[in-house]
Amino acid sequence: MDISSVFFALVAIVAVVSALLVVTCKNPINSALALVLTFFCLATFYAMLNAPFMAAIQIIVYAGAIMVLVIFTIMLLNIRVDENKKHSHQLALGSVIGIIVLMMTGLVLTRGKVSQPVGDITNELINSQGHTELIGKVMFTDFLLPFEVTSILLLVAIVGAVILAKRKLS
Amino acid sequence: MGIEILGLPLYYYIAMVAKVLIAFVFVLLTVAYATYAERKIIGFMQVRIGPNRTGPMGLLQPIADGLKLFFKEEIIPADSSKFAFLIAPLIALIPAFITFAVIPFGDTIKIFGYDVPLQIVGYYDSGVGKVVDMNIGVLYVLAMSSLGVYGIVLAGWASNSKYSLIGGLRSSAQMISYELAAGLAIVPVFMLVGSLSLQEIIHAQVGMRWFIWNSPMTFIAGMIFYVATLAEVNRTPFDLPEAETELVSGFCTEYSSMKYAMFFMAEYANMVTVSAVMVTLFLGGWDGPFVGSLPWLSPLYFIAKVYFLMFMAMWIRATVPRYRYDQLMAIGWKVMLPSALVVIVITAVAGYFGFYTFSGLFGY
Repeated sequence: MDISSVFFALVAIVAVVSALLVVTCKNPINSALALVLTFFCLATFYAMLNAPFMAAIQIIVYAGAIMVLVIFTIMLLNIRVDENKKHSHQLALGSVIGIIVLMMTGLVLTRGKVSQPVGDITNELINSQGHTELIGKVMFTDFLLPFEVTSILLLVAIVGAVILAKRKLS
Repeated sequence: MGIEILGLPLYYYIAMVAKVLIAFVFVLLTVAYATYAERKIIGFMQVRIGPNRTGPMGLLQPIADGLKLFFKEEIIPADSSKFAFLIAPLIALIPAFITFAVIPFGDTIKIFGYDVPLQIVGYYDSGVGKVVDMNIGVLYVLAMSSLGVYGIVLAGWASNSKYSLIGGLRSSAQMISYELAAGLAIVPVFMLVGSLSLQEIIHAQVGMRWFIWNSPMTFIAGMIFYVATLAEVNRTPFDLPEAETELVSGFCTEYSSMKYAMFFMAEYANMVTVSAVMVTLFLGGWDGPFVGSLPWLSPLYFIAKVYFLMFMAMWIRATVPRYRYDQLMAIGWKVMLPSALVVIVITAVAGYFGFYTFSGLFGY
């Protein structure tokens, strides 16, 4: 057992416990905080899989931006603590779906084969040039059109949000 | 290569623990004495004396303050959200400290025959047999600074008090807007260095080719970054979240005892951290005269530069009045953000025509 498996076990325990807390917490703010912790654990896994760029992006985008938005929404809508509501139907449906997904994951893990890397990107190339540089180059050459389309989509969303907010004022 | 534990050499562990302890103690001591220094410096600038009763020249004042806060009664408001209320000071404090993990506070130093880079994060490459820097230092800094907003928002909301809520909302709006300007102001540095690693960024500046004067683009970017970080850590003239005259004490109105002290520590620890980031990106990091022949000087240069920037922040606080809220937002979105974008475009165009830095131009 080397140091990375010990570390993986520790982080995995935290990830599973915090993911459970997301669905079991009564207070929505506490659920959101537990979700932030889960994202942190995921970022740690990326870092351990030798993908530090993905780890940083995971924290910046999910923990830093999306979850701040979620917490804001919870706070401003003032969603209160969920008190003793019965959810028997949802609970049953959720458990069925959960069990099915678990079985599928088990099937993938036991029956699946690990494929070898496909394409020109090899470990040596990543080590010599760096993850960030490679992703940047590919994004602005081969995938330039999808990149631009995505940015236009985001711009449209921003303009739409501003227009909706303005209309309410007048 | 000596004794190995779990696949890593023993000296790696010893060096790692030593570096973590040194960096942590350094930040904690700086935080404690920054409060004293701030009161003393502002006192002198306003022709007052400042704290002078506890110990010689008031030097024991931070310890007295800490003890006093420690023994104060801990009040948790009855209608607050307990868990969020308790955890908010922790969330505010932790990102401020862990940002220090990637900041190189000195050159690689030989200790007992081992090369020890003075930077906490770094993985041991068994192929090369030494510690290598991770290539994402700057992204890590940005990620951690984007987490700082949680502590303040949670504190403001969980207190269930109108002053706290307004303070928390103001501060989150301010931090999110100025984070953009600060993040964009770093981009010209990447474009000139071609790497996200903080070690590489410093190596590009070694030999007094600091970015603050080595190119007009990075000079402007550095100015934008400094002002934006002042706003991000809620320092005067951008200290609206805790504007005493309007909001009592902003997001930490309802906090008392050590939890209040933790917010206070978080503010100063953030100040140390952003000063260190500014030093690393624009002021040459640990670079200085004779550092090539005497690598032991490099941590001293680093500390001196960090303290100089913290002195500047205190100086600004003693001089400049607070902005109004709408002015603050207008400056952030209409001045700082566009000028950061313009600097990026100019850097790109100048780089296309072969002008990178003065040292590249004149070849000194």
